[in-house]
Amino acid sequence: MGPKEDYAVPLESDVDKQFLAAPVKSVVDKFQLLPEFLKVRGLVKQHLDSFNYFVRTEIKKIVRANDLITSRVDPTIYLRYKDVWIGEPSMTIDGVTEKLSPHKCRLSDITYAAPIYVNIEYITGSHGQKTPPVAKNNVIIGRMPIMLRSCCCVLHGKDGAELARLGECPLDPGGYFIIKGTEKVILIQEQLSKNRIIIDTDKKGCVQASVMSSTEATKSKTVIKMEKEKIYLYLNQFANKVPIMVVMKAMGMESDQEVVQMLGRDPRFGALLLPSIEECASNDVYTQHQALEFLEKKVRKSPFSNSSFEKEGKALGILRDVFIANIPVRQSNFRAKCIYVAVMLRRMMEAILNKDAMDDKDYVGNKRLELSGQLLSLLFEDLFKTMNDEVKKTVDATLAKPSRSSRFDFSQFIVKDSITVGLERTLSTGNWDVKRFKMHRKGMTQVVARLSFIGTLGHMTKISPQFEKSRKVSGPRALQPSQWGMLCPCDTPEGEACGLVKNLALMTHVTTDEEEGPIVSLCYCLGVEDLELLSGEELHTPDSFLIILNGIILGKHRRPQRFANAMRKLRRAGKIGEFVSVFVNEKQHCVYIASDGGRVCRPLVIADKGVSRIKEHHMKELLDGVRCFDDFLREGLIEYLDVNEENNALIALYEGEATFETTHIEIEPFTILGVCAGLIPFPHHNQSPRNTYQCAMGKQAMGNIAYNQLCRMDTLIYLLVYPQRPLLTTRTIELVGYDKLGAGQNATVAVMSYSGYDIEDAIVMNKASLDRGFGRCIVMKKLSAINQKYENNSSDRIIRPQREGHDAERMQILDDDGLAAPGEIIRPNDIYINKQSPIVTRGAIVPPMGLNDKQYKPSRQTYKGPEGETAVVDRVALCSDKNNNLCIKFMIRHTRRPEVGDKFSSRHGQKGVCGTIIQQEDFPFSERGICPDLIMNPHGFPSRMTVGKMIELLGSKAGVSSGKFHYGSAFGEPSGHADRVEAISETLVKHGFSYSGKDFIYSGITGLPLQTYIFMGPIYYQKLKHMVLDKMHARGSGPRVMITRQPTEGRSRNGGLRVGEMERDCLIAYGTSMLIFERLMISSDPFKVQVCRKCGLLGYYNHKLKTSICSTCKNGENVSTMKLPYACKLLFQELQSMNIVPRLKLTEA
Amino acid sequence: MPKVPIWDLPDVPKGELPPHLELQRTRVLCNLDAPTHTENIQYSGAYASMGVDNSLRLDHFRKNFKVEVIRLTEDDMEFDLIGIDASLANAFRRILISEIPTMAIEKVLIANNTSVVQDEVLSHRLGLIPIKVDPRLFDYMSENDVPNEKNTIVFKLHIRCERGGPRLTVKSDELKWLPNGSEFLLATENSTSNSTLKPKTYTSFRCSQDSLQEFSNNPIAPKHPDIIISKLGPGQEIELEAHAVKGMGKTHAKWSPVATAWYRMLPEVVLLQEVKDEKAVELEKKCRVKVFDIEDVGNGKTRATVARPRACTLCRECIQEEGWDKYVALRRVKDHFIFTIESTGALPPEVLFTEAVKILEDKCEHLITELS
Repeated sequence: MGPKEDYAVPLESDVDKQFLAAPVKSVVDKFQLLPEFLKVRGLVKQHLDSFNYFVRTEIKKIVRANDLITSRVDPTIYLRYKDVWIGEPSMTIDGVTEKLSPHKCRLSDITYAAPIYVNIEYITGSHGQKTPPVAKNNVIIGRMPIMLRSCCCVLHGKDGAELARLGECPLDPGGYFIIKGTEKVILIQEQLSKNRIIIDTDKKGCVQASVMSSTEATKSKTVIKMEKEKIYLYLNQFANKVPIMVVMKAMGMESDQEVVQMLGRDPRFGALLLPSIEECASNDVYTQHQALEFLEKKVRKSPFSNSSFEKEGKALGILRDVFIANIPVRQSNFRAKCIYVAVMLRRMMEAILNKDAMDDKDYVGNKRLELSGQLLSLLFEDLFKTMNDEVKKTVDATLAKPSRSSRFDFSQFIVKDSITVGLERTLSTGNWDVKRFKMHRKGMTQVVARLSFIGTLGHMTKISPQFEKSRKVSGPRALQPSQWGMLCPCDTPEGEACGLVKNLALMTHVTTDEEEGPIVSLCYCLGVEDLELLSGEELHTPDSFLIILNGIILGKHRRPQRFANAMRKLRRAGKIGEFVSVFVNEKQHCVYIASDGGRVCRPLVIADKGVSRIKEHHMKELLDGVRCFDDFLREGLIEYLDVNEENNALIALYEGEATFETTHIEIEPFTILGVCAGLIPFPHHNQSPRNTYQCAMGKQAMGNIAYNQLCRMDTLIYLLVYPQRPLLTTRTIELVGYDKLGAGQNATVAVMSYSGYDIEDAIVMNKASLDRGFGRCIVMKKLSAINQKYENNSSDRIIRPQREGHDAERMQILDDDGLAAPGEIIRPNDIYINKQSPIVTRGAIVPPMGLNDKQYKPSRQTYKGPEGETAVVDRVALCSDKNNNLCIKFMIRHTRRPEVGDKFSSRHGQKGVCGTIIQQEDFPFSERGICPDLIMNPHGFPSRMTVGKMIELLGSKAGVSSGKFHYGSAFGEPSGHADRVEAISETLVKHGFSYSGKDFIYSGITGLPLQTYIFMGPIYYQKLKHMVLDKMHARGSGPRVMITRQPTEGRSRNGGLRVGEMERDCLIAYGTSMLIFERLMISSDPFKVQVCRKCGLLGYYNHKLKTSICSTCKNGENVSTMKLPYACKLLFQELQSMNIVPRLKLTEA
Repeated sequence: MPKVPIWDLPDVPKGELPPHLELQRTRVLCNLDAPTHTENIQYSGAYASMGVDNSLRLDHFRKNFKVEVIRLTEDDMEFDLIGIDASLANAFRRILISEIPTMAIEKVLIANNTSVVQDEVLSHRLGLIPIKVDPRLFDYMSENDVPNEKNTIVFKLHIRCERGGPRLTVKSDELKWLPNGSEFLLATENSTSNSTLKPKTYTSFRCSQDSLQEFSNNPIAPKHPDIIISKLGPGQEIELEAHAVKGMGKTHAKWSPVATAWYRMLPEVVLLQEVKDEKAVELEKKCRVKVFDIEDVGNGKTRATVARPRACTLCRECIQEEGWDKYVALRRVKDHFIFTIESTGALPPEVLFTEAVKILEDKCEHLITELS
């Protein structure tokens, strides 16, 4: 690296110089599309897109839908919202508005938010005299937390140098919020798709069709279930199940024949419906009126409704507004709903007749990902409505007052705080409570993991599941074939959340909502026959397909394939949105068009009859910079396919494999992996769980966090002193910037046995390597102090330290301003802030400088770190917190060199602790004088089958000898993004190594050659955050718990080490009763008690009389002294307090 | 037939080992799968039954031991140690790495460091900078010694990057030798009371180091002037004093006088059969380090010869293919060591080796005195 490119290198500038210099290969190499894709979309594009959509479109929709507040007292008095938009992130303190930058917010614990402006129009005036409507612009109704790098963020569109000036890391992906100084990310929520018919079975095995309806107004779940041959409707608003035929009749389908016709001609369907029809008849329901009466009885009595008042027509109302609410009813025309029910029934019956027609809930196409934008819009809508209600209430209250002194001004009643506080609280706690939709979800936001750069990226792509983690189900946890290319197959945690928590793949895009209107009219133009004009019979004619847009049946089409092709052509031409999916379902005779948000999709190259549309000249133009990714999209060379539409496509992995039927070609196969799995070299040579383990461990690796890592004030930062970029890289590493913010070092590893301290995956390390800086890390912890202001106007003060006297030694590190100085070594019990607090903090107001020294008491803060650790004060930062108190933060830094017990890991899920550290002269050395940095036991290989690690070793070895980086991208061998073992071996041989990577080694102890060739070469090793220094713990005697007098628990409380049940069992079995006695009593909580032999209760020792007395018998005659665990005595007393008498019966020992 | 011991047979040479045993005794056989006969047979009576004495004899050693210097530059040396046991060669190697003392920066007094490099890391980096000074002129500093001119070298580093200027790279030539010892005053209570005395500093030098004749025209400095210590942005400053003391590589690698020191046994490549014509060409091609040559034997026939066995890196390409091990044998001579010393610069490599010999000598003497 030259001195020029120190900081602020933008992500895309030097993606791959080696590659750019290489000639374009004969088969069109489409890899270059990837950096372009990421340049356009960024790594967290799904979050940004979602938020941008919310800020640009959704928020306006919400305000438009609730734009009018009218007074109930005087309906002519109103306030109307004209427009809404989000301003620039800024903060107003004491009337001064200040622009915010994200880094400033992080450092000074404030929220990165922007004001929400509205334009309003309202009536002012009082009592009879009304003025014409007054317009008022730029009214702030609250502050919206801003997602970093979104269109509202100050970082939007800035280049590396500008970002650096703002104190921001250019490689940071953004996509999170800063709430009160902590970075919060809203996890992607996985959910079953809304407004779609899902056919499955319930616990008893009954087939059911369910629809989760979700509209702006209502959310409901409709279930139609077949029970004992009869079909019923389950709806929350009905107290119990309702026969479906009654519902049909209630919606105006009085004729059974019409219902059967709607189901289709197949006699089997009619036969399946027959029991339901009969049941309906047996209930004496024949007309709509009868049906409604029948339903009326079933309506669940809500405890709040005022009895018989509007009971009439309640059932109809439920059918109209709640029952499959996504199908709108216009002018009480229930026909659309009837047809929808018929389609549901038909699909159910198909599923009964043929089990294959059942829907798979785990199928990714049936899932929607809820992103921050959608979640925020839900929240904002609720808060906005609440605010409007509040405004209305106060306005009504003021208007209702008989006499008012001041002029009535509607705009004065808008309260800013409720929205600001609501958004901030929800984002910081992660608890989404939207009362209108009965939504109470917890843990939606998390603090961004800043342990390593990759951990941060991985956190942004994390998908949190809809199920509770405790459920023991295998279905949702299993790898779904439809996840291909959308969700990473490797990256999932181990343990209870295994397979439920997922991560997005590299190229995945999550859609946002798109306007339906134009698509609907387009469909009709393309020959969709309107539903209204079709009879039931015509609905299911054999060769016609239903056209369903976002779960709403539009009509039918006689030539579905042609229709679908026409739609796709329009999409490729850019006439409709690029994310609209058209999916012809041959089995269900349906064409599904989807434009809703939350679908996962990915870009693919379009092929015509197996010939890729991307030609060499396109790629050349891309390399020359005259063409960008969006051009490819616009010209119809690439398109986004969602999971459903993928079913209509035949996708070839490589261009060479395309056949005549192929419709699409993958851009790069390694994009099926996510960010974390992308770091692994040759993952396709590893046993699959190893890749999963590495995905979890890569997030714990220490290294560089961000370019601004030394300016951050996080509570805990782990940094590596000399991080390196891996010798064996992958394309993903270059794309995400891991080569610039690495988390590991290239260690020369010898795979051999050495010294016996390497069993169970332990590694033997070279002391000289550690001396020279291998594995050195810096741990930084934050200490903070607040200079509090009190209600009597007094405040804490920080004073000059005493330089003499008995406290002087503890104040050594303080500067004259009373704060610890940066660069000072801080030891346990050192004072780092010499603070004093006023003794009286409440009551009468005191003048600001009016307190004398006597009225202060010292409230110094001392450092409580582990003994013997030399920590250093790294930085001291002063800022004001939200209450305008002075807040002082100290970063305490500790540099550590690896020691026995520290955890290391390669990139192949092979973790191990350092077993021993050996002098360099005792280490083996090769013919070329190379001495390994660490020795790994070969037993780590056979059972783990991490062949990728071996290839990494070979590749890195070839890399160091030839002086270039080798590649190991997943599945990269055919496309040249991974080096083949043959080629690597050839390079090794060329540089005088054995093709197998095995060297002739001399023992450093005897000086003789070893009797075997040793597999030796560099492997990228990560140092994990688990270090013995943070974990080791032992104590002799120490603190005890107050209530039981037993030793405390846990390292942080300097607790004792427990002799547990199993240890006790061992001691019993061994027969060491005195040892048990000592451990469980003497070393724990021995207590001398006085026991009355007569009554068996505890007495006491009277020190004045020097006798033991039983307080129950009131004498001291039969009292014996004995030892008891204090906890036991406590138990007796607690039992006695509950009126249970425990009596001790003593016998002579 | 009367029983005759096998070594009494007339065709078995007397006083000599049979060739296969001799081969095993003196050579490591580097087969394709693994090296064999790597061990040395130490026991003097190992071959007694064959009438061969295996004991180590001093006169024998004297007669056969040879040292040939192959290459000698300022920092590098390659030489052959012939006729020596591996344990001795290894002892020299080990002593070179860990027991020859050098001077290295051990204490760093930082007055100001506003650079991005943290104090500990900066000190660590300074410690690893090799200093060009003969350590034999200095004493070890034991725990309760005061730093004086005999045991401490003091360097000063004071550099500042001006505001508005370009970034600065601090290199090791910024380390300035202070022959008079530390310039930082020791903070004492009564510093004002006796102003007549020289103010106390962190070192107590009795005389200036450059008055000593060893250093007067050979100032002490880092070996390389271009080792990057840190980089400074505008407005950043480093001011520190570094105290170098004498130490050994086994305490910390910074005191190791060698970058590395190692040996390899002399390669011996033997053609077991004559390799002719196309096979010879093939063999010649197989070896990337050009061990083999092709020799014209007349009549348009060629054969392979072993021209540069020393170059063999034991990549085993020549015996890789099926059947080639019948033609070529790769061996190592057990008592011929190609020794390489890469000095870090404090002492020239040849001096290092003699120092190592001296240390081993001392150790032996020490052992003998301990035993007697």
